Amino acid sequence: MNDNIKKVLRHPTQSEGLIFEKSSPGKRAFDLPPLDVPAVDAAKALGEFHRRGGVEGFPEVSEIEVLRHFTRLSTWNYAIDLGMYPLGSCTMKYNPRVNEFVARLAGLATEHPYQPQELSQGCLKILQLLEKCLLEITGMDAVTLQPAAGAQGELTGILLIRAHHEKLGNPRKTVLIPDSAHGTNPATAIIAGYQVQNIKSSDEGQIDIAHLEEQVTGDVAALMLTNPSTLGIFEQRIAEIANVLHAKGALLYMDGANMNALTGVTRPGDLGVDVMHLNLHKTFSTPHGGGGPGAGPVATKKILEPYLPVPVLVEKEGGRLALDYHRKESIGRVRAFGGNFGVLVRALAYILAYGPGVRQATEDAVLNANYIRKHLEGVFDLPYTRPSMHEVVFSDALQKKHGVNTMDIAKRLIDYGFHPYTTAFPLIVPGALMIEPTESESKEECDLFIDAMKSIAREAESNPEVVKTAPHTTRVRRLDEVGAARKPVLRWKPSGKKSEAGD
Amino acid sequence: MRYLPKSPAERQEMLAAIGVQSVEELFSSIPEAYRLKKPLNLPGPLSEPEVIAYFRARAAENSVGYTSFLGAGVYNHLSSVITDTVLQRGEFLTSYTPYQAEISQGTLQAIFEFQTLMCQLTGQEVANASMYDGSTATTEAVLMAERLTGKRRVLVARSLHPEYREVLKTYAKNSGLSVEEIAYTAAGTVDAKGLQSALRGDVCAVVVQSPNFFGAMESLGPLAEAAHTSGALLVTAITEGVSLGVMKPPAEADIVAMEAQSFGLAPSYGGPFAGVIAAKEKFVRQMPGRLAGQTVDLDGRRGFVLTLATREQHIRREKATSNICTNQALCALAATVHLTLLGKEGLREMAEQNLAKAQFALKELQTIPGVKRTFAAPFFDEFVVELPRSVKMVNAELLKEKIIGPFVLGSAYPELTKHALVCVTETTTRAEIERMVAAVKRALEQPL
Repeated sequence: MNDNIKKVLRHPTQSEGLIFEKSSPGKRAFDLPPLDVPAVDAAKALGEFHRRGGVEGFPEVSEIEVLRHFTRLSTWNYAIDLGMYPLGSCTMKYNPRVNEFVARLAGLATEHPYQPQELSQGCLKILQLLEKCLLEITGMDAVTLQPAAGAQGELTGILLIRAHHEKLGNPRKTVLIPDSAHGTNPATAIIAGYQVQNIKSSDEGQIDIAHLEEQVTGDVAALMLTNPSTLGIFEQRIAEIANVLHAKGALLYMDGANMNALTGVTRPGDLGVDVMHLNLHKTFSTPHGGGGPGAGPVATKKILEPYLPVPVLVEKEGGRLALDYHRKESIGRVRAFGGNFGVLVRALAYILAYGPGVRQATEDAVLNANYIRKHLEGVFDLPYTRPSMHEVVFSDALQKKHGVNTMDIAKRLIDYGFHPYTTAFPLIVPGALMIEPTESESKEECDLFIDAMKSIAREAESNPEVVKTAPHTTRVRRLDEVGAARKPVLRWKPSGKKSEAGD
Repeated sequence: MRYLPKSPAERQEMLAAIGVQSVEELFSSIPEAYRLKKPLNLPGPLSEPEVIAYFRARAAENSVGYTSFLGAGVYNHLSSVITDTVLQRGEFLTSYTPYQAEISQGTLQAIFEFQTLMCQLTGQEVANASMYDGSTATTEAVLMAERLTGKRRVLVARSLHPEYREVLKTYAKNSGLSVEEIAYTAAGTVDAKGLQSALRGDVCAVVVQSPNFFGAMESLGPLAEAAHTSGALLVTAITEGVSLGVMKPPAEADIVAMEAQSFGLAPSYGGPFAGVIAAKEKFVRQMPGRLAGQTVDLDGRRGFVLTLATREQHIRREKATSNICTNQALCALAATVHLTLLGKEGLREMAEQNLAKAQFALKELQTIPGVKRTFAAPFFDEFVVELPRSVKMVNAELLKEKIIGPFVLGSAYPELTKHALVCVTETTTRAEIERMVAAVKRALEQPL
């Protein structure tokens, strides 16, 4: 259909309705071993609490139907396993399968969080080694592995800052957040009880220090900084920024979403950062799984250590490890139990595989981003020209002239066999194309991507319609999002008649 | 390094194309003084067999070979190999949040099915695509109730999971919420009178768990009525989802916060699990978390998209309903596959087996002199017994026989000094129950 599309050919996928539409009474897909104790009359045992006849509407299908159902659905997804997934700020790198294997081992997956600590030494050693590795990588002094994801890590970090200020007698009122920040930053600050004050990026995409000095008053609790910024640019004067804050008693929070640009090259702890979170599902390769689970450990300097969430891992005499639940100044818990342990296992497996060589991953990630930038500069508008780190942000300014915007280009990229880049973010770049290839892409895959982007740029001039109506090769075409929001249908309900349209 | 797909020559070629001499130049924007001069001090690199050997050695230092009677928010249940087979499909495992709907229909349809299953289980009208876990789902449900009512007092049953209460307190502290606890009765359920007198017009949420932390079932109807009369919402937490296979759904609740770990997710030392928020449809615009909705494409074909995103942080920033972004999608998928495999009959049968085994275990324990059932309310697969000696002491004896004893309630409830929370599921065999009961008996017969 188009000679420039080299990466993919079309092939049919299976149609598949909702599992509820396949249900037929009497079928089942799982048998339990027979009951080996006397049966109990549930109605009698439960009285008013009894639910008769099982859950109304639950599917009744066979094993092969279940396997086919979900396998068919899976083929409608794009995935890192299929090719480059250049979502900026998401770090969609290879998810090593040995990590999946070890997380499922009997003795790890089977362990209960309340089992005696003397029977949990293996789990605790894993946590301790991961803590040590993360401290070495970040250059910080203390760490908690409890937060379930990046946004919860942010909240934990800001609550630590709040506890520190409260200890000094005044929690302060404001958190400063650059206009290029992720949406989680302002949402987090609000939950922690702070007001948000935005700071404008300079023309070069950096923090304006003179301006910052005016904004940092005695009311400011902290600045939340993403470094490299969401423009993929390293905040060169970060140490000075830290000084400006510290001079007024405020602290520097670093959003570690982009740590894949820094690992092994520089350490936030050496740059004046007081507290930061890491996204183990980005930098440390644990799978995104269609949206989660992640893990958002928080690393801090000594001054914030007393406030870490409970429990805290401690080493007792003779090297025995234990969980300390009694910490007077702790901010409390941010979730039940210890954290997303299975995710932490995978992250440690990733770090152990690389060892000190993890720097090579960082170098390749930055190499890939700059290689793509070099080849696409001029083809796409580059609004901020400072050196790129692990990602590059273009705008759709050149294609806009032909009525083609970043979303159109992204959708057309699907026809070329790639997942789109991040569209329309960061907000300070109108019509942004935010491209993060990661270290997992070969030169060949990068070249195919560059070819695809150039070809789409040519199409935007010669045949804008084909771009604006893309994708053309997927199971479904562009979906009616407005209709979905106006009249939300958020669950299946029995309709009386069989499935619609046979899909 | 085996994960990196470039040869040294290819790296050189790419550097040349960029127009730099060395990769170091690409980091020139990091001031020289801050660039690391020596390699990080990390263990490794390890080959794949060495990685496996390291984790096998750690696993061997844990509880392999022990039989456990722990529940308390994390449960052992049977699951099919099919669930993990599906989960390990790279198309599910290695995909991102389904923002690009055209190439994420698999994930989106699976979320839509998950939302449907959660509604059917809970008797609610809408359910979201997952929260981190049951504890944060409960907290977010309270924050949702605060937005819906504009009120700031929260009444929480002491029989709500102690760690869930701790999480709620951490979040509430800076949201201007005041949290008060409501006692439990001799039957092990919420003190309705105490609740009634604490309910004034300023309460946003009444939070109870059912079955509660003691395993006791709560009569939600009267609690909902009391809450509603004073203008508050009833939030019901569920930590043991399998109970819903045989228990009436919490339809009277306004918001249900559930932990889905019981549906095919391994205990995994505390996570990853999946929280769920389900609620009445009229509350959907104050719900946190992602939602998948049905729609049509340009050709009129059915498809699914993430919807009502104006509630979320990436659109609304500081005005969002929550800061949640990454959730527990793959865990929610596990629950979806698992529940689909069990189906209507399988879940009912599993639930009935739990009920029968727990009843059996209680009866057997009660044959030991001095062992008494504490609470009279109906229970599912967990119950509380009082022992004539400290539970810690008994548990220490059980450990010698490779049995991990029940949860020691005294650690979270100082007034329940000799009380044990026993959990028995369909995974526990009759022989194991009998072995545990015999071991408890021996432990209690030992001279002090």
